[in-house]
Amino acid sequence: MSKMRLFTDGFWRENPSMVLLLGMCPTLAVTTSAFNGLGMGMATLLVLLGSNIVISAIAGIIPKKVRIPSYIVVIATLVTMVDMFMAAYSPDLHSALGLFIPLIVVNCIILGRAEAFASRNRILPSILDALGMGLGFTLTLFVLGGVREILGNGTITIFEYKDFILRFLVFSPDAVSPILVMILAPGAFITLGFFIALKNYIDNARSA
Amino acid sequence: MEPRTFTVAFAPHVHDGSSATRIMWTVFLTLLPAAAVSVYAFGLDALRVLALTTALSVGMEALALVMMKRDPRACLDGSAALTGFLLGLTLPAGISNGILVVGAFVAIIVAKQVFGGLGHNPFNPALTSRVFLLIAFPKQLTTWPVPRGLQDIQEFMGLAVTRTNDAVTSATPLAAIKEHAQRAMPNIQLNDLFFGVHTPGSIGEISALALLVGAAFLLYKRIITWHIPAATLLTVAVFGALTHLVNPARYADPFFHLFAGGLFIGAFFMATDFVTAPVWPMGKIIYGVGIGLLTMLIRLWGGYPEGISFAILLMNAVTPLLDRYTVPTPFGSRAAPKKTGGES
Repeated sequence: MSKMRLFTDGFWRENPSMVLLLGMCPTLAVTTSAFNGLGMGMATLLVLLGSNIVISAIAGIIPKKVRIPSYIVVIATLVTMVDMFMAAYSPDLHSALGLFIPLIVVNCIILGRAEAFASRNRILPSILDALGMGLGFTLTLFVLGGVREILGNGTITIFEYKDFILRFLVFSPDAVSPILVMILAPGAFITLGFFIALKNYIDNARSA
Repeated sequence: MEPRTFTVAFAPHVHDGSSATRIMWTVFLTLLPAAAVSVYAFGLDALRVLALTTALSVGMEALALVMMKRDPRACLDGSAALTGFLLGLTLPAGISNGILVVGAFVAIIVAKQVFGGLGHNPFNPALTSRVFLLIAFPKQLTTWPVPRGLQDIQEFMGLAVTRTNDAVTSATPLAAIKEHAQRAMPNIQLNDLFFGVHTPGSIGEISALALLVGAAFLLYKRIITWHIPAATLLTVAVFGALTHLVNPARYADPFFHLFAGGLFIGAFFMATDFVTAPVWPMGKIIYGVGIGLLTMLIRLWGGYPEGISFAILLMNAVTPLLDRYTVPTPFGSRAAPKKTGGES
């Protein structure tokens, strides 16, 4: 498999959210705005990158029977770092994502990539895999959050840090009432369902 | 001369020409009295909502069929039109057109075609859409115009002068009871609820009488059986009577609970949907009791004034289980109990 392929797989062909259906909990729970999706995706990307590097480096010396607990210790360490980092530099985002930051520990994407990829490959391919998967995840969450925010709130928030807020009004809530349910839990399931349907539709149209 | 051909087929061999399409249009017809009352009560707005939801649902069905490369003519089989019509009947008159588009989309695409179309949807599409709209647009879905009798039509035809400062919206009887039971109870007239030309409410629910006329025809034609509506209504009546006996000041009497809100349209027209209701008599009764019970729990102690839509959807989820566990034992399929010899 070419190096480029390792990187690009995560974006479309093996997209963690739309094909592997991994990490559904953060995908559905925090994508209430484009920026929340972006933040969650970036946090996961950082942890994934770190864990893939560390695990591919130490995989040879971990006894097979205790590999899962060992992976979790590595992942939990990285998650704690990201959690504290985010609490210090972006408290608003930290409080918006809330519980879902610590929950990255049990995110199936990270453990899945550690078990399925990093533990069997060298460091460089593991980095490419982590970047591809992490960016693919981030991109999906960003678009998912954007669509839900537009439909459910009428705005799209690209970036938000302290006083610097990049938020656009797509339509005025006075003229068109937003579909409130889209930023609630059912909206997440429905939007993701339509995303997957659209992806399969495009794939079918391409291969036909 | 054409050779005579014979087709070999399984029973039944005698057929009255009934079909899914014919049943759909029959149900459609039986809903017309309720629709007529609401057009009388709410004027042209009710007509607009009903016409738009019906037309939009047929349009959505055609769109889905084209996208799935099926024959788009199947959108005229009456099922989409009926779903749209039922959806319109559950909405308040005066709702905006944009919401109707979202409603038709959710009913036909999300609740029906995604699952495989007619016969494959686990939840009643019209009610799924109604609940979606209720959560999506809480304010618009609970703004109930006051029925104005013939005023609207007279204005339209230039026979009456437009009145400007009338009360335009008001709470439904159920919402009023939920808000403040003691104050609201004396103001509610049972015959108003029964004939329904003065009570605010959704387009199809206001007149119990009109719904009963349609339901009687459905029962006469044996399109629906008595099990589900009877079980639902009885459960509501018994539950209502018990709570009313315990505390008459806080809980309204059972007749109020029977005639207020969407119980009749729900019990007779929504809960009996062939696709989402159980098949066997015993299953139907359990299903009906469940609907009645959940409706009353939501009405009396839940967050919403009316619970029939939620109750039916929740029981829809149990339907496959009921179908599996309530299969009747055919006569003769089990050996007769063995006679034990002599007294013991």
